[in-house]
Amino acid sequence: MWNPEMELMSRSELQKLQSQRLKNTVERVYHNVPFYKKKFDEAGIKPEHIQSVADLARLPFTTKQDLRDNYPLNLFAVPQDEVVRIHASSGTTGKMTVVGYTRHDINIWAELMARTFGCGGVTHKDIIQVAYGYGLFTGGLGAHYGAEKIGATVVPISGGNTKRQLQIMADFGTTVLACTPSYALYMAETAPEAGIQLSDLKLRVGFFGAEPWSNNMRKEIEAKWNIKAFDIYGLSEIIGPGVSSECMQQDGLHVWEDHFLVEVIDPNTGEVLPDGEKGELVFTCITKEALPLIRYRTRDISIITHEPCACGRTHARMHRVMGRTDDMLIIRGVNVFPSQIESVLLEIGETEPHYQLIVDREGNLDDLEIWVEVSERLFSDEVRKLEQLESYIRREIQSTLGISAKVKLVEPKTIARSEGKAKRIIDRRDVYKQS
Amino acid sequence: MKVKQLSVFLENKSGRLATVTKVLGDHQINIRALSIADTTDFGILRLIVDQPDKASQVLKENDFTVSETDVIAVQMSDKPGGLAAVLKVLEDIKINIEYMYAFVGRTDADAVVVFRVEDIDRAVELLQKAGVKLLCAEEVYAF
Repeated sequence: MWNPEMELMSRSELQKLQSQRLKNTVERVYHNVPFYKKKFDEAGIKPEHIQSVADLARLPFTTKQDLRDNYPLNLFAVPQDEVVRIHASSGTTGKMTVVGYTRHDINIWAELMARTFGCGGVTHKDIIQVAYGYGLFTGGLGAHYGAEKIGATVVPISGGNTKRQLQIMADFGTTVLACTPSYALYMAETAPEAGIQLSDLKLRVGFFGAEPWSNNMRKEIEAKWNIKAFDIYGLSEIIGPGVSSECMQQDGLHVWEDHFLVEVIDPNTGEVLPDGEKGELVFTCITKEALPLIRYRTRDISIITHEPCACGRTHARMHRVMGRTDDMLIIRGVNVFPSQIESVLLEIGETEPHYQLIVDREGNLDDLEIWVEVSERLFSDEVRKLEQLESYIRREIQSTLGISAKVKLVEPKTIARSEGKAKRIIDRRDVYKQS
Repeated sequence: MKVKQLSVFLENKSGRLATVTKVLGDHQINIRALSIADTTDFGILRLIVDQPDKASQVLKENDFTVSETDVIAVQMSDKPGGLAAVLKVLEDIKINIEYMYAFVGRTDADAVVVFRVEDIDRAVELLQKAGVKLLCAEEVYAF
C-alpha cells in the first residue's frame, strides 16, 4: 500500500478532513471563479453555508456544457502563470474540454496514481510500461508520474508500435503494463506474430482503464497474459486516471476520497441516491487548485458502497462503470459523441444528416463504421465525386476525433428510425455487460 | 440537343437493381439505355427512360436518391471505327468525357453513344459544328 495513513484513515477522520477541504474549495472557487460565484449566487448559496460534507448536496452541479461555455481557461481558479500543465480531451461538438494543473495538482495526481499502482502491489522494483497515449490525453503522463513517484522504472512507450512494445516487454523484463483493456488484448493477439511467447514474459499485473470493459474481458486478459488485471478509472475533468482504482480484491474501485467527494445521483432529478442504488457518478474536487470542479456530472453510471473492503482501505468503492446517461462512446480510448460526427456532416451542407455509428470489436480492436445516407444534396452521378465525399468525411472525422473510421454511403431510409428519430449508435461490443 | 439522364444511388446488395426496374415497369416507364458504375460498396445506375420526370418522381417516392443530369446522345454508324471518329472530334475540341455508354438501335445500322461531359453547352455547339449527329430526347426514345 502506497500511503497507509490516508488509505486506511478512519471514516470519521476522513470526513473531518473532507469537510475542511470542501469548505476551503468552496471558498476558493466562489472568490476566484466568476462562473461559480454567479452559479452559487443564483442558487442562493454563500460559502459559509457549506460547513461539512453533509452540505454538499446544496451546491449546484457542473456539467460538460459548463466547461464548453468557459472554453478554454475560464473555469481555472488560479492565474495562468500558476498553471504548469494543460491537458485536453475531445468535447461534444468539436471544441475540446481543456483542463489545467498547478505544480501542486501534478503532485497530487502522481500521489493518486502511485496509490493506484500500489493497489496492485507495485513497488520501486517494478518496470512499468506505460502504453497509454502521451500528449494532451491524460492517460500517458498521469500513469507516468505515478510510476515515477513510486520509484519504479518507467518505460514511456505510449500507444502503438505493438510489435516493438512486445519486444521491449520481453527484453526489458517489464512487470507492469498500463494501457486500455482493448489494447492489452490486441497486444496479446499480436504476440505470436512478433515471435513473443506471453508465458515467457515477466509481466505480473496490468492497470487498464480509459474505456469501459466487462468482467469477461478481464478474465480473457488475465488468462492470455497470465497476470492480474485491475480496472482503473478517471476522467480529465476531475484529474485524469487516478480518481479510483481496484485493489487486490477486484471488487469495486476505491475512490480516493481525501481528494474527491463522490456521489451517485438520479440523472433525471439530480437527487442524491443512497449506497447501492444505480445512478450517475458525480465528483467534487476538494484539493485541486487549477480546476476544482464542484459536483461534476460525469454521465457515467455506477453504484457506490461504503462497506468496509477486505483490503482494509476505508475509501468508498464504485462499481465498474455500467453505462452512460448520454450517447458518448469510447472508441480505442477516445471519447466520441455522435454530435461530433453530425457537425462534420453539417459542414458538408447537410441540413438534417441521417447517419449511424456502428462500433464493433474486430480482433480486439475497436472498429468504427459510419453510415451516411446519401441525400440528393450529397449525391452525384459521378463515382469520383462520391468517393471524394467518402474520403472527405473520413479525413474530417480523423482530424476532429483523432480516430480513423470507415465511411459507408447508404441509401435513404436504410437507417432504422423509431418515432421519426434515427437510431444513431449500434454498439456491438457489449462493453457494459455485467457478468 | 440535350438528353435527360437519371442517376440512382444503389448500395451493393442484392435486389436493389431489381427493385428499380420493377418500380419503373409498374409505372409503364421504358428504359432506353442504362449503365452502372460501381465500387466495392455502392453503385450508380444511370438511365435514359422515355418519361424521365415521372421516373424520377416514382423512384423518389420509393426512397431512392435520384438526380437528373444532362447528357449528349451521339448517333454513329455501327461499324468498326464509328466510335473512334467521334472521340477524335471530342479530343480535337478538347472536351473531357466524365463517362459514356452505348446502346444499339432497334433497326438501324447505327448505334447511339451517351456522353457525360463537363461543359455540355460548349460540347453541343462544337460537336454540331463538326458535323456530328446529335439526337434530341424524342429521337433517343424512338431510336
